[in-house]
Amino acid sequence: MMQTALELRNLSKTYHIRAGGGLFPAVNTLHAVRGVSLILPRNKILGLVGESGSGKSTTGLMALRLLEPTGGQILVGGADITGLDHKALKPFRRKMQVVFQDSYSALDPMMTLAQIVAEPLHIHGLGSAREQTDQALDWLVRVGLDRSYGSRYPHELSGGQRQRVAIARALILRPDVLVADEPTSALDVSVKAQIINLLQDLQAEMGLSILFISHDLSVVRSLTDSVAVMLAGRIVEQAPTEAIFADPQHIYTRSLLDAIPALNPKDRQRRSFISPAQIEAGTPRYSAAALGIPPSDVPGLVQVSPDHLVEAVVTP
Amino acid sequence: MTLPRPRRVALGAGTSQTPEIPLMRLLDIQNLTVSFSQHGGLVQAVRGMTLHIDQGESLGIIGESGSGKSVTCMAALRLLREPPARITADRMVLADVDVLKARGAELAQLRGKAAAMIFQDPMTAFDPSFTIGHQIVETILAHRSARKAEARSEALGLLARVEIKNPAAVLDSYPHQLSGGMLQRAMIAMALSCRPKILFADEPTTALDVTVQAQILQLIKDVQIEFGMGLVMVTHDLGVIAETVDRVLVMYGGRVMEQAPVQDLFDTPAHPYTVALLASIPGRTGGRRRLTEIPGASPNPANPPTGCPFHPRCPVAVARCSQDTPVLRSTAPGRDVACWRAE
Repeated sequence: MMQTALELRNLSKTYHIRAGGGLFPAVNTLHAVRGVSLILPRNKILGLVGESGSGKSTTGLMALRLLEPTGGQILVGGADITGLDHKALKPFRRKMQVVFQDSYSALDPMMTLAQIVAEPLHIHGLGSAREQTDQALDWLVRVGLDRSYGSRYPHELSGGQRQRVAIARALILRPDVLVADEPTSALDVSVKAQIINLLQDLQAEMGLSILFISHDLSVVRSLTDSVAVMLAGRIVEQAPTEAIFADPQHIYTRSLLDAIPALNPKDRQRRSFISPAQIEAGTPRYSAAALGIPPSDVPGLVQVSPDHLVEAVVTP
Repeated sequence: MTLPRPRRVALGAGTSQTPEIPLMRLLDIQNLTVSFSQHGGLVQAVRGMTLHIDQGESLGIIGESGSGKSVTCMAALRLLREPPARITADRMVLADVDVLKARGAELAQLRGKAAAMIFQDPMTAFDPSFTIGHQIVETILAHRSARKAEARSEALGLLARVEIKNPAAVLDSYPHQLSGGMLQRAMIAMALSCRPKILFADEPTTALDVTVQAQILQLIKDVQIEFGMGLVMVTHDLGVIAETVDRVLVMYGGRVMEQAPVQDLFDTPAHPYTVALLASIPGRTGGRRRLTEIPGASPNPANPPTGCPFHPRCPVAVARCSQDTPVLRSTAPGRDVACWRAE
């Protein structure tokens, strides 16, 4: 039985947006995330992909309890943390850490790198001040910098180096789960590969479970074990990474894969683009008999093969 | 309303008065240097750059941040404030205009009519306090004599051409009301409004979603051919290069490392930097794997290394590479490389 590091059950987030001014403006409801269920197995990397506005970052923030869900449950190592208050949540905070896209705004410009990396130890009261600094310097080495960086400040670093510091700070507490939200999107090509390799190495060494949020399907292909594709707040397909790339079932997944630029000029092609209406019309259909489940004309996630879920209509 | 058809250019034949030179040279830059004085020091953004582009041709400039690729384009249009920028070149001619000598009206001619530019972030490139229509009409009126109504109907036609479905509504929209993809289309329409001979596109799709990126790249390719423009595509993304251009310049540390036809560059990269860059692309093969990384970091333009700028990260560097700067030399027709080790 595979152990679960993080589980999201039917998670949703709704925003109410005032439309227009006046004393009693109309209120529009925006469903940023609608009923997302995900399992991140221990020691695996799960990619969460989608375009801007698909709800992938919102899902990541809710998984960390950095954003309150409107509905659903969050389980960390089997324990439900959805309703926990600040104090009860603290031990779980140690188990879950995050790395964001923009390492510049994620690091306090007034703190040295040693202080930044040691801060989580300080917050959780682990070890003496000297031990904390020592560990922080060790972590700087571990992410490919050296101890002399401890006295430097964030502005002295390149984007790739800052992302290494953010990773060191996230991992110094030895969390079980790391949520990485577009950690390589702001980096140059040559540096991007360095950070991806660093994440791979640390994941393997520490037995980390990573929720890797990205719009970059090429990176996702090289890094993840499985992929969930989000569209308009829902998961429309989820499968082992190679199954997604080799045998995409949902029309939207196929359109995402088709849009990846050619990796060789000779593969250039004139592309056809699909509209949201076409995506809606192209919802996959499976027969109830073939899947052995009752029919449903409302699209929902169905299991089309072991480990492969697709949002589909099940015809009688 | 129909848009006045742009003059179609038959590539390679009869477009010039002098049959010996079949294609017009649109841009010719020789030994361009751009530096900025900053905090008493000198930041050398471009350190001896040579490039040319002919009518109807598309050139990709690939490089990482700080390689000097954007600054080169800005210098070609004299969009850099001087000082702090200091621009020198043995020759810099854009559509028969000597760029470094251009003043006043000539400069205005250069920007818009000779060349137009689209940027990475369309949200900041448009003025937030005026409608899209106002800004396109203003551009048209600034460059030629037309009545306002004519300019407006031309703007409408251009928005339709860049595949905006409801051009009239977009014309009356403010930038914040449109998506990034829509704004980038409007920006392309604005760039086309003066019928430029050459279009500079500086990371035009970096801020966009992957499906929108594919559409915008297709659109840029289509209008380039339709309007017979030269295209300079500046990007850090080898995928964008593979999709869009005929010829590629690889920049690193303010210098050209390699120049080649696009297929040759991908098939037989000559410079160790190009080789490493191609090897580091993720997602070429299936399955989780470590990527080939380029160790180290890009050179600091305020204090560039001596010799070849890539030598500190180069796997095949020898002693000479850290002392003598390799010059760009031709290795085959249409191929140049600046490396002591490349054949």
